[in-house]
Amino acid sequence: MRFEEFLKQNIVCFDGGTGTLLQEAGLKPGERPERWNVTRPQTVAGLHKAYFDAGSNVVCANTFGANSLNFCEDELEKTINAAIANAKAAALQSAAPQEKFVALDIGPCGKLLKPLGDLGFEEAVALFAKTVRLGTAAGADLILIETMNDSYETKAALLAAKENSDLPVIVSNAYGTDGKLMTGASPAAMAALIEGMGAAAMGANCSLGPRQLAPVIEELLRCASIPIILKPNAGLPRSENGKTVFDVTKEEFAKEIAALVKRGVRIVGGCCGTTPEYISELIARISGIAPVKVTDKNITAVSSYTRAVTFGGEPVLIGERINPTGKKRLKEALIEGDIGYILAEGIAEQEKGAHILDVNVGVPGIDEAEVLKNTVCELQAVTDLPLQIDTASPAAMEAALRAYNGKAMINSVNGKKESMEAVFPLAKKYGGVCVALTLDENGIPETAEGRVEIAKKILREAAKYGIAGKDIVFDPLAMAVSADKNAAAATLGAVRAIKEELGANTSLGVSNVSFGLPGREELNGTFFAMALQNGLSAAIMNPFSEKMMTTYRAYRALKGLDNNFESYISAAAGQTSTAGREEQEENAAEGLSRAIEKGLKEKAAGYTRALLKEMPPLDIVNGIIIPALNGVGTAFENKTVYLPGLLMSAEAAKGAFEVIKGALNVSAKTGSRGDFVIATVRGDIHDIGKNIVKLLLENYGFNVADLGKDVPPETIADKVCELHAPLAGLSALMTTTVPAMEETIKLLKRRAPWCKTVVGGAVLTEEYAAAIGADKYAKDAMETVRFAESTVLEVQKP
Amino acid sequence: MTNFKNYAAPPVNKKEILRYAGAKDGRDLPAGLLEDVLAEAEGSVEYKVCWSFTSVKTGDGICRFDTFFAPSADLCKCLAGCDRAIIFAATAGVGVDRLISKYGRVSPLKALLFQALGAERIEALCDTFCEDISKSEGVMLTPRFSPGYGDFDISYQKDIFALLDCRKYIGLTLSGSMLMTPSKSVTAIAGLTEAAGEKTGKCDLCGNKDCAYRGNI
Repeated sequence: MRFEEFLKQNIVCFDGGTGTLLQEAGLKPGERPERWNVTRPQTVAGLHKAYFDAGSNVVCANTFGANSLNFCEDELEKTINAAIANAKAAALQSAAPQEKFVALDIGPCGKLLKPLGDLGFEEAVALFAKTVRLGTAAGADLILIETMNDSYETKAALLAAKENSDLPVIVSNAYGTDGKLMTGASPAAMAALIEGMGAAAMGANCSLGPRQLAPVIEELLRCASIPIILKPNAGLPRSENGKTVFDVTKEEFAKEIAALVKRGVRIVGGCCGTTPEYISELIARISGIAPVKVTDKNITAVSSYTRAVTFGGEPVLIGERINPTGKKRLKEALIEGDIGYILAEGIAEQEKGAHILDVNVGVPGIDEAEVLKNTVCELQAVTDLPLQIDTASPAAMEAALRAYNGKAMINSVNGKKESMEAVFPLAKKYGGVCVALTLDENGIPETAEGRVEIAKKILREAAKYGIAGKDIVFDPLAMAVSADKNAAAATLGAVRAIKEELGANTSLGVSNVSFGLPGREELNGTFFAMALQNGLSAAIMNPFSEKMMTTYRAYRALKGLDNNFESYISAAAGQTSTAGREEQEENAAEGLSRAIEKGLKEKAAGYTRALLKEMPPLDIVNGIIIPALNGVGTAFENKTVYLPGLLMSAEAAKGAFEVIKGALNVSAKTGSRGDFVIATVRGDIHDIGKNIVKLLLENYGFNVADLGKDVPPETIADKVCELHAPLAGLSALMTTTVPAMEETIKLLKRRAPWCKTVVGGAVLTEEYAAAIGADKYAKDAMETVRFAESTVLEVQKP
Repeated sequence: MTNFKNYAAPPVNKKEILRYAGAKDGRDLPAGLLEDVLAEAEGSVEYKVCWSFTSVKTGDGICRFDTFFAPSADLCKCLAGCDRAIIFAATAGVGVDRLISKYGRVSPLKALLFQALGAERIEALCDTFCEDISKSEGVMLTPRFSPGYGDFDISYQKDIFALLDCRKYIGLTLSGSMLMTPSKSVTAIAGLTEAAGEKTGKCDLCGNKDCAYRGNI
């Protein structure tokens, strides 16, 4: 019988712990247990057989750490082949009568993925893919991805399994005492991700005992529509006379798991500290329990690496500001690769109350797939809101969906054949909730009925790809009421009908309704309220619009969604306190200068706005901002101002520059004092110092190309050559990464002999910098600025 | 075997945070900023430690532990006279790294403060842990010594990670260049002694005499 069929009808029992038992058999601390597949096959097979004899349906082959980080290519293949063979031999040797299966066991690779760690997502996918291919070829019946404590690594392993094998995949995570993964994901977030990518089952193992894992399991049973697995530890380990003992007996273990099987758990087993005795006790306990049917929970959810956002309950706000349409400053930021501006927008939208962020980077002349993927990854380093990936390019959509950590919102698909053929396969493969526009080859129907018909067609077509209705959110299109006075009514009718007739969720780009009319905010707010009352699930909107936000808060309060009116009252209180206008100083120029010295960002921006009415932008920069900054810089060099003071002034100046950039009708690059390429070298992931230097350099008018951290020498040299940059700044914090710095300098000397290198970082000294061939050692950010200024002057001399 | 424990948050030492941030006495900081940073970090910092006891023999400039040996005169000096030692790994978790990375791109000042906070938190955790072990084992601990200090090569991180299985117990991983993630983490070795020896300061064993952080701790 195939495993999936067996799972449909039965409660499945896995095996118990392996590591502790192998240690008892003589495995030394630090020794890789997978090596024993080859060196001590009988011991390994004997352990597997004991589990089959105890009644296990599935034994995990001894392949937990069998990956290409721990083994060379040759040994990996031998190890995995031997491991599967050992488990299969045990199945044959055991006379126990139950159905028997062998799982390829995949544990965490041992490294943390970027951006937290140094392992690239695609590298992780590739290394898991090797293990998957070898295990599948060796004849495993299923794949168990287990003990994963990071959602991104979980996704990499699951993607590798799906791309390289047809075997059913079970995904089990290690949750901590806080009920979350080490990197922060809740069970609901993991359910969205794992179910969305098509795993056969999901659940929890290791880390805790059955009682502590019960809340996690209850949450998974509530939100997942696939079978749930539970493989806990025998409680927590402690040392007794130098031996490890666990605090949950086999009787308690079996009893507590049996209670959860009655609640709906379909796959059980044990992890650390459990033995064949635990498994036979468990099987005895659950043998009389009828399997609880797995039902579709019909939850529409997207997720990030920490949280899930569900549709159909609370209204969902999708922030629309990361979209260059009509936004000059954002367009410019995208073209120039000024990711900081985009990230600040995202953070601000979250602070204003958005639940999901739409991300659209469509400007002509950029590689949209690359930019969209990078923007998604960068945003995920600064915000834990789920993202809505917004592009018309299927290639860009795939690149971004693949790299996304979680289950994304896909914006958008529509009723055109071509659109569905491009988008649905991506949604099926990577998971995702599609925003489906109710238009097709014949355009947008004028009536609500016409739009509902297209929605039905989209549902039928999605079903052919195996995409359920819950993974589609319809956008019945808000049209300009100025062009057709019945437009709003048609949209609202469609919202209501889609909810009532199709049981589906809806989303609207609310502000379209007011196009062509004055006082748009008023219309938008009222239309938003009407749509919510008609059952709208989500709005794509501007969280900075006070009207939209007050409508949202008022709706929640009136609808009984706001407990004790907490958020309504706190927002109302906030409005009155900021209502009093701050006094403007008489002289805006003095005010700006003082704001920079004191490090007051908002004030600096305010004064700059005032000054722009009376002064040319460049005069503000050269006449006020730079002198003020110079004053602070000198004070820092004289040690009367310390680093935080310098940074506050720099950030205030940046606030002023943002206002100026917004007002200038030219690229921010105009008036640049020169290009400066900056990076933290390969192998090093510290970037605080580098970011400080970057901020200061930008303030002083340099055009800084920031390549990030862990950057290979070739990438740095490529950028320097591309820009013909006169300066490159390299940062390293560790003795182990200084060789990468030396290598980078050598490469630059060869490929870009015109470029001066300046280095910094905790382990560097003047002598060390000279020894590795750097042109300059800078002890702090100001020294880098001074060196950059003098170098540029040198270059510009006639 | 590896033991592990989650600790409650040790008391915060604001002066230490300011020192790590290079902020001297904090007079440049706007009122309330450090408090805001502390409040934002609340709930994002973890205090996890895993450890193992080992026998130790020192001689000829080589320290021999149960599972590995390391040629290091400085480590030998630190562990002189001890026949047992504790090898441990501690981490403040990924939350601090997330905050540093978040603000690194939008407010280097806040990133600097979160990094200083993380440094103070992990040191406070190590102090708490060492006091805890000292009490529970009824012994004194020598100052803790980490790979990368003096002539104790940083590559011995690998042996410590292999011994403790840090990823499994506290979610700590090691990169190819021997960097730990989460970054606010410490691995170290301390000798166990019966008698109270001469009190050695944290920095006394270190050869880096011009370190900006060298201090009267």
